[in-house]
Amino acid sequence: MAIAAKGPRTSDVVAQQLRGRSTDVKGIIFQAALLFALLLSLLILLVLIADVARGGLGVFQERGGEFLRGRLTVVSPTTAGVGQGIVGSLLLLIFVVLMAFPVGVAAAIYLEEYASDTRFNRFIDVNIRNLAGVPSIVYGLLGLVIFVQVLAPLTGGKTVMAGGLTLAILVLPIVIITSMEALRAVPDSIREAGFGVGATRWEVIRSHVLPAAAPGILTGTVLSISRAIGETAPLLVVGATTGLLATGGRGFFESFREGYTALPVVVFRWTSLPNEDFRALTSAAIIVLLIMTLSANAIAIILRNRYERKW
Amino acid sequence: MAQAAMSPTGIDLSGNPRRRRKETLIRRVFQAAAVVSVVVSAAIVFSLVGRAGYFLAQVDLATLIAPSDGWFPRRGSFDVMTIFAGTLLVSGIGMLVAAPLGLGAAIYLSEYARPRVRRYLKPILEILAGVPSVVLGFFAITWITPQIVERIVPGAQFFNMAAAGIAVGILITPLVAAVAEDAFRSVPQSLREASYGMGARKRSTTLNVVVPAAVSGVVASLILALSRAIGETMIVAIASGATGGSAFTLDPAAPGQTMTAAMTALAIGSDQVRGTEGTFESLYFIGLLLFLITLALNVISDRFVRRVRQKY
Repeated sequence: MAIAAKGPRTSDVVAQQLRGRSTDVKGIIFQAALLFALLLSLLILLVLIADVARGGLGVFQERGGEFLRGRLTVVSPTTAGVGQGIVGSLLLLIFVVLMAFPVGVAAAIYLEEYASDTRFNRFIDVNIRNLAGVPSIVYGLLGLVIFVQVLAPLTGGKTVMAGGLTLAILVLPIVIITSMEALRAVPDSIREAGFGVGATRWEVIRSHVLPAAAPGILTGTVLSISRAIGETAPLLVVGATTGLLATGGRGFFESFREGYTALPVVVFRWTSLPNEDFRALTSAAIIVLLIMTLSANAIAIILRNRYERKW
Repeated sequence: MAQAAMSPTGIDLSGNPRRRRKETLIRRVFQAAAVVSVVVSAAIVFSLVGRAGYFLAQVDLATLIAPSDGWFPRRGSFDVMTIFAGTLLVSGIGMLVAAPLGLGAAIYLSEYARPRVRRYLKPILEILAGVPSVVLGFFAITWITPQIVERIVPGAQFFNMAAAGIAVGILITPLVAAVAEDAFRSVPQSLREASYGMGARKRSTTLNVVVPAAVSGVVASLILALSRAIGETMIVAIASGATGGSAFTLDPAAPGQTMTAAMTALAIGSDQVRGTEGTFESLYFIGLLLFLITLALNVISDRFVRRVRQKY
């Protein structure tokens, strides 16, 4: 028919009208603003890393490994280093790994696998979530009273042991909560299959539930290590050394009952010095600290993305 | 064999007694681990209450809230309002930074980003969340003060509460984003589809349907972030200045002291100057206040999170 060839087709007209008279300018601006909010976080992260790198990389070029082995001092910038800080942080982590992880995972197993919905169990659950929100400096006060003063015969006062136990208690709620989430993600059909062949609850947990939840639990524990490495405030309260520190020469186990410092404590101490030379040293120490915490975070993210399983 | 343990078919179903004993033992061990958390809470309260009580017995209670010359523990001047105002100012600035950034990022990740894009963008926030606060404190004095604060307020002091507040905002942005994104993602797809079916565009669907439906989660994320901001210590201890004490001030460009900064100053300085009787114990008193404030905020935030979960 000739009519169709002459004017625009009705369907095209309708489609044109439905598509709208103009582009959605407000919508585009809105989306751009949202993306900007997200990218600004990235920008801040990059500026932070650039700022620290600009200030600190020179120290590594000049002094290299000597800086990594150096001692905590606030008087001579040429010999100061982060060696004692790194050793202290690693010693503290031993307590976190040995105390917080077994207790935390066991508590999570109880709450997810054993606990029935009683008032007491609900109280424990709420209590753990509230503990996760307690400011870290308050944990420092707990450590000061309990580990430094009350348990002084055991810990020896302001020692690695007191600091390590404080950090272990600090990350305990995080370990419990992330482990609980990992256990909850394991579907009940897995458990029922185990019970169906006559396994007891512990046998089902050990052979089926824990292996399935292991990547999630591991992610949580790696994140809590990162948190423990970066914590400063509680260590200042429980008496990490900020001045001259005599270490070395004694056995491994004796070192648990000695004074200590930690990498973030070194950063804090140097930050508060007015001397310009220490500005560069602080940046260099921050580079070491960021490498430790951010690599732990990156490992956690990779673990999660790799083993994330949809049942 | 006891009759009670026999099933009607005559087969003993009660199981191996050794195996059962082992089960009970394992259960007890796990239960003990769970009870540790209650012990920790009790230890926190025990640590704080006794010493805080001692402090309150030593000082004149009227001076705690009466406007005096400020918070100078070594001179025996414990004006709580000074450090409370400092805390509110710093966390207020932090929220002004974190709320738009965190919520914007959360909406983008949940509503706009394609799954592939999201996989690469979300770790940015998680990496930012892993930056220790002592590093952000250093960043506040070396970069935020000269590059941002001094440009907005010429003549701002080197140590100032604005820089501390901005750094606290950066610290809590990932927290706001994570909790809010969870809330947006838990809004059922059917609500969005209903809105599209009515002819709504993406922006109006997001603002008029998704955000209102997830408002409890948004509120929860903001309260949780506020609680974290109030308890944040290292940034303010480094960047807000006023280590010995501070007069009452609400000027963001001036140094000031927050509750947590005051605690750090007391904790580090304890070996050098003891001050008057009860000076060091004021540490526990502020700690108790801080504990109660953050606990209240966390409980409220938890309520809001639950409301989201119950609805969908």
